Amino acid sequence: MAGFDKVVDNYEQAMQGLQDGMTLIAGGFGLCGIPEGLIAEIKRMNTRELTVVSNNCGVDDFGLGILLEGQQIKKIIASYVGENSIFEKQAIEGTLDVELTPQGTLAEKMRAGGAGIPAFYTATGFGTPVAEGKEVREFDGRPYIMEESITGEFAIVKAWKADRYGNLVYRDTAMNFNPMAATAGKITVAEVEEIVEPGELDPCHIHTQGIFVDRVIKGNFEKRIERRVTRS
Amino acid sequence: MSLSREQIAIRVSQELKDGYYVNLGIGIPTLVANYVPDDIEVMLQSENGLLGMGPYPTEEEVDADMINAGKETVTAVTGAAIFNSADSFAMIRGGHVDLTVLGAFEVDQQGNIASWMIPGKLVKGMGGAMDLVAGAKNIVVTMTHANKKGESKMLSECTLPLTGVNCVKKIVTDLAVLEVKDGAFHLLERAPGVSVDEIQQKTAGKLVVPEFVPEMNV
Repeated sequence: MAGFDKVVDNYEQAMQGLQDGMTLIAGGFGLCGIPEGLIAEIKRMNTRELTVVSNNCGVDDFGLGILLEGQQIKKIIASYVGENSIFEKQAIEGTLDVELTPQGTLAEKMRAGGAGIPAFYTATGFGTPVAEGKEVREFDGRPYIMEESITGEFAIVKAWKADRYGNLVYRDTAMNFNPMAATAGKITVAEVEEIVEPGELDPCHIHTQGIFVDRVIKGNFEKRIERRVTRS
Repeated sequence: MSLSREQIAIRVSQELKDGYYVNLGIGIPTLVANYVPDDIEVMLQSENGLLGMGPYPTEEEVDADMINAGKETVTAVTGAAIFNSADSFAMIRGGHVDLTVLGAFEVDQQGNIASWMIPGKLVKGMGGAMDLVAGAKNIVVTMTHANKKGESKMLSECTLPLTGVNCVKKIVTDLAVLEVKDGAFHLLERAPGVSVDEIQQKTAGKLVVPEFVPEMNV
């Protein structure tokens, strides 16, 4: 009897069920707080035609960028991309469909999707290319555009600690999009630095509750830094 | 003389008030953090989820889990808070951030701003800029008054795809401080040694010039 024990032993089990053409929501900001091992597993599985929803798309040889190499991504919904040359090439050649979305709108699309809200109105993007084809409605004399929320067959997130029940705690700014992504997946997989027993995490300090999480795996993280800047 | 990047940042820092929550964009806006007056406290918001952003870390302090919105390693000040992206944009979109400072390609006399996309060039995305301009109570734009060819970036109507509409309140350029209201640029201050004529000549949009235009204190 597994009960609420969400822990899986290997990456194959963690990503079991991911199929060609699915929508995959990923947490992370740049290379910070990304589920490195789960992304590597998707590369190994060679799952194709994926729609990926993530703030960014990694770099050439790390993060979601490694899925570009084998053209596993059909479409990306992101706020800021192009930190890698393969991305640039595929976007220009038209083999990769890019839907640029304002960062706050993207976060809210995931949050709303996970919360059962199909759409919302926001002033963000009104009067810009982002508003094209979208419903406009005025509230208190100000125009807002309607944005539809996002859910996916899979969500992959990175957390600092998990208990066996899938309660998650993030560390520092590695939190970013992970909590919203975790709510928006039909199957949510969390790759974490440490797994503890139920009761070891303070119930008041859980960031993502286990009800949103289906599988937990302990990963080994490289935690690559995109821009190391220091003061003397 | 037109202002240096540092001088633009110094002039922007004079817009800060005690108790302000401030979001600084990439480039010149980032430099503003170096010139916060000693007698006030401001809290810097970084849209990836940090309220109370501190200086860059020392070599020993570098932590892959602590970055700013430009993906640079960073530290947090005492009393900082860390949160998720949805909460971060609740602060921004919800109008809780007192001041946003960001760069632009063009601004027009309606307060429209274009800062993210040049057709024909690779578009990397708007990041959080559209949310910031839609939500901040106060937006200050920093940029050069004209481009390298001498063409004005202060227009009657933006030519590039917009980031936001009717949102820019104040502009600090290398030549002047201007306020945007009632469909015109209102000249408030000029850079030391820069003539009103030069500003007029480099402003393509409607410019309202008062009788006396003081020099900036930078």
